[in-house]
Amino acid sequence: MPGVTLLLDAQAISRALSRMASEIIERSQGTDGLLLVGIQRRGVELADRLAALIEQDQGVTLPRGKLDITLYRDDLQTVGPSPVVAETRLPDDLDGRTVVIVDDVLYTGRTVRAALDEFADFGRPRRILLCVLVDRGGRELPIQADIVGLTVRTGPNDRVDVRVRELDGRDAVELVSER
Amino acid sequence: MNPILIAGGRVIDPSTGADDIADVYLVGGRVEAVGRNIDVPAGVRRIDAAGKVVAPGLVDIHVHLREPGQENVETVATGAMAAAAGGFTAVCAMPNTDPVTDNQAAVGFIVRQSQRAKKARVYPIGAISLGQRGEQLAEFGEMVGAGAVAVSDDGHPVVSSHLMRTALEYAKTFGIPVADHCEEPTLARGSMHEGVVSTRLGLPGIPAAAEEIMVARDTILAELTGGHVHLCHMSTRGSVDLIRRAKDKGLAVTAEATPHHFALTHERCDGYDTNAKMNPPLREAEDREAIRQALKDGTIDAIASDHAPHHYDAKERAFDEAPNGIIGLETAFGVAMRELVEGGYLSLSELLFRMSTQPARIFSLPGGSLAVGGPADVAVFDPAVRWKVDPAQSFSKSRNTPFAGETLVGRADLTVVRGEIVFERGA
Amino acid sequence: MTAPSLGKDLLGLQSLSATQIQHILDTAEPFKAVSERRIKKVPALRGKTIVNLFFEPSTRTRISFEFAEKRLSADTVNVASIGSSVSKGENLVDTARNLEAMRIDMVVIRHGSSGAAQFLGERIRSNVVNAGDGKHEHPTQALLDMLTLRDHFGRLEGLKVALCGDILHSRVARSNIWGLTKLGVEVAVCGPASLMPLGVRDLGVTVLPRIEDAIAWADALNILRLQLERMESGYIPSVREYNRVFGVTAERLARAPKDLLILHPGPMNRGVEIDSDVADGPHSVILPQVTNGIAVRMAVLYLLVGEARDWAGAASAEGMEDSE
Repeated sequence: MPGVTLLLDAQAISRALSRMASEIIERSQGTDGLLLVGIQRRGVELADRLAALIEQDQGVTLPRGKLDITLYRDDLQTVGPSPVVAETRLPDDLDGRTVVIVDDVLYTGRTVRAALDEFADFGRPRRILLCVLVDRGGRELPIQADIVGLTVRTGPNDRVDVRVRELDGRDAVELVSER
Repeated sequence: MNPILIAGGRVIDPSTGADDIADVYLVGGRVEAVGRNIDVPAGVRRIDAAGKVVAPGLVDIHVHLREPGQENVETVATGAMAAAAGGFTAVCAMPNTDPVTDNQAAVGFIVRQSQRAKKARVYPIGAISLGQRGEQLAEFGEMVGAGAVAVSDDGHPVVSSHLMRTALEYAKTFGIPVADHCEEPTLARGSMHEGVVSTRLGLPGIPAAAEEIMVARDTILAELTGGHVHLCHMSTRGSVDLIRRAKDKGLAVTAEATPHHFALTHERCDGYDTNAKMNPPLREAEDREAIRQALKDGTIDAIASDHAPHHYDAKERAFDEAPNGIIGLETAFGVAMRELVEGGYLSLSELLFRMSTQPARIFSLPGGSLAVGGPADVAVFDPAVRWKVDPAQSFSKSRNTPFAGETLVGRADLTVVRGEIVFERGA
Repeated sequence: MTAPSLGKDLLGLQSLSATQIQHILDTAEPFKAVSERRIKKVPALRGKTIVNLFFEPSTRTRISFEFAEKRLSADTVNVASIGSSVSKGENLVDTARNLEAMRIDMVVIRHGSSGAAQFLGERIRSNVVNAGDGKHEHPTQALLDMLTLRDHFGRLEGLKVALCGDILHSRVARSNIWGLTKLGVEVAVCGPASLMPLGVRDLGVTVLPRIEDAIAWADALNILRLQLERMESGYIPSVREYNRVFGVTAERLARAPKDLLILHPGPMNRGVEIDSDVADGPHSVILPQVTNGIAVRMAVLYLLVGEARDWAGAASAEGMEDSE
C-alpha cells in the first residue's frame, strides 16, 4: 500500500510561488525581455501563475509560452505506444530574450534536456533559466535548477505528484512512497 | 497378384444399392464373390474390415498431374499415389501439361507412366484443340486409340462456339464426352468471385454470369449436335438451374462439382489467403447450397476434385498474382463426408454413388461397382475417424490446400487396384 | 498519457476503431505546427531507417512520405521498382526478406496488388505502412482527407460527404468509406454505374446516380481522379462524355444549396473530373490536403515506431548466414 505524505498544501504553494516570482525578477535583473515558458502539462499552469504574480508586482505584461517536449524525448520506446502530444506555442522572437523554463518537478533532468534541444530549433535566447516547484534529486544529467520552490530527497520507488487546481481541482505537492 | 479376402465390412455397392455386412473376395484381378462368410482356400490374405466400409474405389474424372512439364510439383506417379491414399482407384488426367497432351504419342506417354506407377489407374484426357489454342481440332481418333477417355481444353474455355460444336459432333464418332471449362473470358478478368467480399478486398471479381453464359451455350450446342457435353467444376446456382433444364429435356449433359465448391464460400478469401484462390472461384453461400442440393437430386452427376498442384513459391505471392488451384485428392472424401453426409444432404451410399459409380458411368470407365466379374478396384474406408489435415504428410508433391489444420471425417485405409493393394494406411 | 495502440502496421482503416482514427488525427495537429516552424524538424525518429518501397510510380505520395520521414529526422531510402524485367511476385517475397536482413525499421509500400501490404507485414518484423495496395486501401490519403474536413468544419460527425468518380477501382474511396463511416459521417458514392462496385451499399453508403444529386446533398465532395485507361477497358465511352455528364463544373456547383467543400486526392485531370475554375476556386481545399498529408504521415510514422522491436532475438534465430 503506498504511503502519501503532503509536502506542500495550497497555502505553502502560494507562499513558495510568491518567493519564486521575486527570485525570477532578481535573477533576470528586471522584466526586460523576460519570457516564461511552461513545460506541458503542469509547468504551463505554474508559469501562468508566476507570470501573473510578476505582472501584478511590476505593473507590466509578460509574454508567455508553452512547450511540449514529447517529440524530443530520448526514450521513445519507454513512453509506450501512442503517446499524446500537447501544444507547443512560442513567440517568434526568441533571440536576445531571457527565457525562464518552468516545470513542476525536476528529477532526472531529461525533460529539461529535451526542452533545451527544442528551444535550439526555435531560436537563440540570450539566457535560459530553469525554475521548478520541486527538486526531488536523482539527476541523471548535469542539469541544475536556478529557482526552486522546495527541495526534497527521494528514492527511486518514490513519486512526487504536483496537483494544480486548474487541472486537478486542488493545489498540493504529495510524496507517494511504495512500501 | 494374390487373392484377397476383405472380410466383415459394411459392403456398399452404389451400382445396385446393396448395403450389407459382407465379405468381398478378389481373385485374379477381378471380383470373385461378394457375400457372407465366403469360403476361401488357406493362405489367402485376409483383411479384417470390421467397422469399416468396403466400396468400389473412387473415380476422379478431373485431376491435373502436371507431367510432362512441371514434374517438380507433381508427376503421374506421385499423383497416382496421392489418389490411392484418398481412396481413388482411377483418375482422369487433364491435358493442360507442357507440352499439351494433344496427340497419340503424348497420350501413350501418360498411359505408360500410369502402368509404371502401379497405383491408381490414370486415364488420359486428350486436348480438344491443338496446343489448347482453340483453333484446330486435335486428332480425337488417334488419341482415343492410344487410351484417351475424353477430350477437354480445361485450363481454358473453348471460346469459339463453332469449335465447340464441331468437337461435340466429332466426338460422337468415338463415343467420348467433351468436357468444357465454362468461362466467358472477357467477363472473367478477376481473381475471385465478384461480390461484397471482392469489393471489400479491392480484388477484381468474376461474376457468376461468366460461367453461366457458357453453360447455357454448351447445353444449347448439346441439343443442336446430340453430342455429350460434360460441364467441369460447376460453381453457381444459375448453372445448376441451366443443367436441370437441359436434363429435363433429355439432353446428353453431365456435370461435376468439386469438394471446395460445396464446402467453402468467397468469405474464405478474407486475409488474401492464396489457398482460397481457384478457378472457378469460391462463390456465395446460396451457390454452395445449390451445389449440395444438385448433388442430392442428381443435377450434378459427380464429385471431382480438380486436383491442381502448385509450388509453394508460386502461391506465396500477392493474391492476384498467385496461380489458381488447390490439391484435393487426399481430402476429397473427408470433406465430402463432413459437408454432405454429416451435413445431412446425402447418405453414405449416395455419396459413394457420386464419387465412384456415376463418374465411371458418365466417362464409360470400368469400375464404380462390386459386380462379380468386374475389376478388383476396391477401397476400404474408415467412415468415422476424425483426422486433422497435415499437408506435410501428403503423398502429393504439393501442399496447396485450404483445409490445412482442419478436421475431416473419414478416410481410406486400404486401396486395391486390379487386385493389388496399392495403398495401406499405417503400413 | 497513452491512447490505444495501432499495432505493428498500418494496413488500412477497415480494421481500426473510431478511437484509433481520432487519435491519429489528433496526433497530426502538433505535426502541422512543425511544418510551419523555421526549423521543420523534430528528432523523434532520429536514427530510424525507413524504406519507401514504391512498385507503382507516384511522385506526390512518395515525396509527401519522404518529407514526413525527414522532418522526423529519420534516415530514408527510396526504392522504385519498374517491375518490367522481374516478376512482381518474386520481387515482393525476396524484397521482404532482404529488408528484414538489413534491419530496416519501417517500410512504406505502394504496390499494384491488393493485399500486398498485408503480405509484407506478415513476413517482416519492421513496421509496414500501406501507401496504396491495388484497389484495396490508401489509409493515409483518407486520413488526410478527414483531417482537412475536420479543419474546415470543426467536426466530422454528422457531415455529408460524397465520393465522386470511379469507385470500382479506387482504394482512396474504400479507405474514405471505412474512415468516414466509423467517425459518424454520412457517406454517398456517385459515379457511372459501370464504375460502381457490386455490393457497395453493404459498406454503409448511399448510391447517388447523378453528380447533380451529390452536389445538392453533400457538405463536401471528394472528387476522384478518372484513370484514362478506363476508356480503353470499355467502362466509359470517352473523357468528353464523362466531363459532360459527371464533371464537377462551376455551373453545376453554382446550383448547390450551400458552399460545398471540394477535395481531390490528386493528381487532377483538369477538365475531366474537375474543371480548373473549381480546382482553383474558393471552395477548394486541395492544397491544404497536401499540407495535411505531411502532418498525417508524420503522425502515423510516429505512432507506429513506438511499438518496440527486438532485433536481438532475430540474429540468433536466423543463424550465421553468408552474405553474397
